[in-house]
Amino acid sequence: MDWPLVIKSLLTLGGLGLLLGIILLLAALKLTVRVDEKEIAVRAVLPGANCGACGYPGCDGYARAVASGKAPLNSCTVGGPDVARRLGAIMGKEVSAGEPPVAVLICRGGRAEAGQRFQYQGAKDCRQAALLLGGPKACIYGCVGLGHCASVCPVQAITIGANGLPVIDEKRCIGCGLCVKECPKGTLRLIPRKKLVYLACVSHDRGKAVKDVCSVGCIACGLCVKVCPVGALQMEHNLPVMDFEKCIDCGICVHKCPTKSFLDRAQRRPKAVINDRCNGCGECVKVCLFKAIVSESESATPLAQSKSAGPRAQPGKQHKVIPDRCIGCGQCGKVCAPEAIDLVSTDSG
Amino acid sequence: MNHFSPAKIFLAAFLVNNILLMRFIGLCPFFGVSTALDTSVGMSAAVLFVMLLAAWVSWVLYHTLLLPLGLVFLRTAVFILVIAGLVQFVEMFLKKYVRALYSAMGIYLPLITTNCAILAVTFLNIDYQFNLLQATIFAVGTAAGFALVIILFAAIRERLADAPISPSFRGYPIAFVGAALVALAFLGFTALFGIS
Repeated sequence: MDWPLVIKSLLTLGGLGLLLGIILLLAALKLTVRVDEKEIAVRAVLPGANCGACGYPGCDGYARAVASGKAPLNSCTVGGPDVARRLGAIMGKEVSAGEPPVAVLICRGGRAEAGQRFQYQGAKDCRQAALLLGGPKACIYGCVGLGHCASVCPVQAITIGANGLPVIDEKRCIGCGLCVKECPKGTLRLIPRKKLVYLACVSHDRGKAVKDVCSVGCIACGLCVKVCPVGALQMEHNLPVMDFEKCIDCGICVHKCPTKSFLDRAQRRPKAVINDRCNGCGECVKVCLFKAIVSESESATPLAQSKSAGPRAQPGKQHKVIPDRCIGCGQCGKVCAPEAIDLVSTDSG
Repeated sequence: MNHFSPAKIFLAAFLVNNILLMRFIGLCPFFGVSTALDTSVGMSAAVLFVMLLAAWVSWVLYHTLLLPLGLVFLRTAVFILVIAGLVQFVEMFLKKYVRALYSAMGIYLPLITTNCAILAVTFLNIDYQFNLLQATIFAVGTAAGFALVIILFAAIRERLADAPISPSFRGYPIAFVGAALVALAFLGFTALFGIS
């Protein structure tokens, strides 16, 4: 064996390694950049998958954003609620327990509402049917209704209803999103469990093209965008897109939509009730989009007359809610200066 | 010693013997980062930087240390060691003093450090018997070719992301098909000239 060569190689490589090691050691001592201690702690809690689901470049990026308070604490989908809780402990913030979302069907065109273009006699599978000219449903955007979602649901929360559309048992749904991923038409989506109002149409057509194929499809009239009191809706490609951060679930869009394309998950809505502090200024009348508030003098019901005998600020000018028209959106309460309007939940209906 | 003109070396590295599409070296960053235009620009900058650095250091080391000592067989180990250590040092330096540059190509620097594209340039510089100036031009040309292809390809992939592609082809499969087609187009440059 050529020993001098071996020693020479070892010395060269070892010497280079040692030299670089020393340089890096000195550099580490001299060139350290102080990183926020919180950032290090946050990074230690994160799973380190660098999946990017939080919307930041890797776990490091998310840790930096969390430490500087710019990112929400519950954005890490890999870590889930556990990581969110530990991030909350580091940042000294309360984290909402992070309820799992719930899957909803965003198509209302069942057998009764949307017609069929042809008789489909192939395999009873949405994906196969969807490959054939987009499926047998007249609306090419809509739910095929052969129940692929029901077959993939791990908790059997989905059944196909009498109308040919999947029905989701929200109590059973665990929000895993498997059905959303599997649906070939994209007619399922996950929404926060607390969210009440959502658009139930995926048609990017407009006007007559929708009307021809479905009686409950969004015709892109844009009325919902106009009536939304908080500007949470915007038209994009002929569909209103809802900003869940802004939406207050008032339900105005649900009632104003001419095609009933919005759905409301609320079992029961409260009604506005005007009490004795009302001074008859008329602001609530102006703001109510459903003409549910009238001046008491206009209404001639015996009940109203008997009430007007009581002590009032301006008798005879007070307002009254017509319960059948009120949808309980609560917009009147916001503009009422004397705070005379309460939302009362109606148990008996 | 080689006698290629600087322009010929640059064009050969840039187009004719393009490192990504003709040599098929450095495919991991090519497919890994070419999904969006901004990341591919950052990666290209990091590649240019590291490639130039690596070309110089490896050339000097080879000609002053390995060749005189007769340790040419150690070049792979020595080059990887030195390039990795040097890039680590430069990263620290940038983080401390040139914050803007660091945040522009920060995470790509360590990613590209001992990438095969970098190593390939250092070896080719020696195999082609380039002098230091030629090696510099070759490194810049190769990095420019890398940038050209990865940025072009990022634009293609941004279009592909919105295209109606069948599920089995979505993602990497269609990217590889696209890369093969672009490589075929680059094949046309070989009619110009080449260096070998």
